[in-house]
Amino acid sequence: MAQEMHIVLKNRDKINPLDINDYLAAGGYQSLVKARGMAQEEVIEEVKNSGLRGRGGAGFNTGLKWSFSYNIKSDEKYVICNADEGEPGTYKDRIIFESDPHIVLEGMAICGHAIGSKKGYIYCRGEYPQVVDLLKKAISQAKEKGVLGDFDIEVRMGAGAYVCGEESALIESILGQRGEPRFKPPFPPVSGLNWKPSIVNNVETFANIPAIIHKGAQWFTGIGAKSYPGTKLLSLTGDVKNRVCIEVPTDTTIRDVIFHFGGGMRNNGQFKAVQIGGTSGGFIPESLLDTPIDFDSMRKIGATLGTGAVFVMDQSRDIVDVVTRISKFFEHESCGKCNPCREGVFRCHEIMKKINKGLATEEDLEKIQLLCLVMEQTCLCGCGQAAPSPILTTLKHFQEEYEQKLLPA
Amino acid sequence: MLDYKGIMTDYASRKEGIIEAYHAVQKELNYLPKEAIKAAAEAFKIPEKEAYGVATFYSYFSVQPRGKYIIRICESAPCHIAGADEVVEALEQELGIKMGDTTPDLKFTLEFAQCVGQCQETPVITVNGKPYGGVTKDMVPRILAEYK
Ligand SMILES: Cc1cc2nc3c(=O)[nH]c(=O)nc-3n(C[C@H](O)[C@H](O)[C@H](O)COP(=O)(O)O)c2cc1C
Ligand code: FES
Repeated sequence: MAQEMHIVLKNRDKINPLDINDYLAAGGYQSLVKARGMAQEEVIEEVKNSGLRGRGGAGFNTGLKWSFSYNIKSDEKYVICNADEGEPGTYKDRIIFESDPHIVLEGMAICGHAIGSKKGYIYCRGEYPQVVDLLKKAISQAKEKGVLGDFDIEVRMGAGAYVCGEESALIESILGQRGEPRFKPPFPPVSGLNWKPSIVNNVETFANIPAIIHKGAQWFTGIGAKSYPGTKLLSLTGDVKNRVCIEVPTDTTIRDVIFHFGGGMRNNGQFKAVQIGGTSGGFIPESLLDTPIDFDSMRKIGATLGTGAVFVMDQSRDIVDVVTRISKFFEHESCGKCNPCREGVFRCHEIMKKINKGLATEEDLEKIQLLCLVMEQTCLCGCGQAAPSPILTTLKHFQEEYEQKLLPA
Repeated sequence: MLDYKGIMTDYASRKEGIIEAYHAVQKELNYLPKEAIKAAAEAFKIPEKEAYGVATFYSYFSVQPRGKYIIRICESAPCHIAGADEVVEALEQELGIKMGDTTPDLKFTLEFAQCVGQCQETPVITVNGKPYGGVTKDMVPRILAEYK
């Protein structure tokens, strides 16, 4: 039977996260020493060859991203850790920090060496004040021990805005501005914070780096799915028995995630649907549960791995009602910068409410589908582009639930 | 009155410090008064409307007075299906106010929140940032009693 595999969480419950000596005793910061003994290109090649792809949702090859910043001559470059964790149902980055903050600091410092940066930022969401305190302590311990060398890390606390997880909005927010996404290109690796080369990576992405440097790219490529190797942290929520955070190889199937690691359904319920990747993810019916969770397999079934949130619903759940609530989320969180998102999420919520109240007609279903397709193609950032996904995937897999709520023709 | 000018000057050495400065004011007052935003505009040398724009972009900042204890109820999907609506009702009833309002004694404010990242036990509420998981309507009086 499938088993968990701990790369990122290897020190979970084994060390005191508030004591750097524990981390050092477990071999911590050895990878940073090793990396600093390697040429910058060598570190980047190793990360690139490991096949590690971003764990924040977009799945871009991490080493390749680093090479863009490395290739640019600049007096200043930045390493930014994205700890905004705003996708509803996601709590894995919090678990990483609460278990082992130094593994992330080490990953960031290795990136700093690789691209030639002396300055790191951790942008942590305002919902996690305890984590901000913990990180500040960890950083000051690392500075005291001198393990970071001349690499400096500062923590910035967000203030409750989902869109600030988008990398260019995050940069705006670090700069003390409204967190609105920028027009791209240029992308942050070329021109980010203060218009200097900046690497934005997710917490989990950085946490994978020490092991890759320690054990080598080849070791990493042997784990999980070929095109998206390694492990993935998943946070289980909803009607599943074990609502926990797990770390599994990326070739694990959705079925195993829910029925093996998750312990099956709560209260003897019957499975109805699972939404993976956060609130912007697609809904998945029973018939597709044998799909592996890796990025590309999920894409193939019209879903996403996203942040690795796994939101399980049983037969008693009203899909249309859940999607109506999700559309409220996007109405609230759209930053309002681009028209298709600002107007689109508002109308989506309006039509969803109408459907949910039993006041809609077939024409409304057609309208919302058209609106969703326009948003997917025209919104400025991933927020508006992904907002239609829960609506479109439920219209596809659970159409009868919509039909049942329509006014009689 | 809080020394807004002093707080703003403390953070203004870095032009990006305005969000931290707002956090610092809110730590004392739970909201950002007009004077604080004015002081920020001066210290950071930006138009007042821009300082206001930053203050109103983020849902953690409020330009309206709020209570000493801010109770936020997560209304994201996992908390929604776990019965967040019932908790809302219980809180509204217990405090005699509606969501978004503040009790007349300026003690409690009720706000909706999106996922606060504690969804291993739903539904979730937070009181001044402290999370409570698996909240039922019966638990509400007990939680409130901690702050009365
Ligand atoms: C609306 C929106 C919200 C996002 N929120 C997050 C987030 O909370 N954490 C995160 O790591 N990435 C988030 N992302 C993805 C980031 O833009 C970016 O792709 C990521 O931080 C890159 O890191 P990675 O390559 O390590 O995944 C978000 C993207 C969008 C469009
Ligand atoms: S969904 Fe409510 S805390 Fe995450």
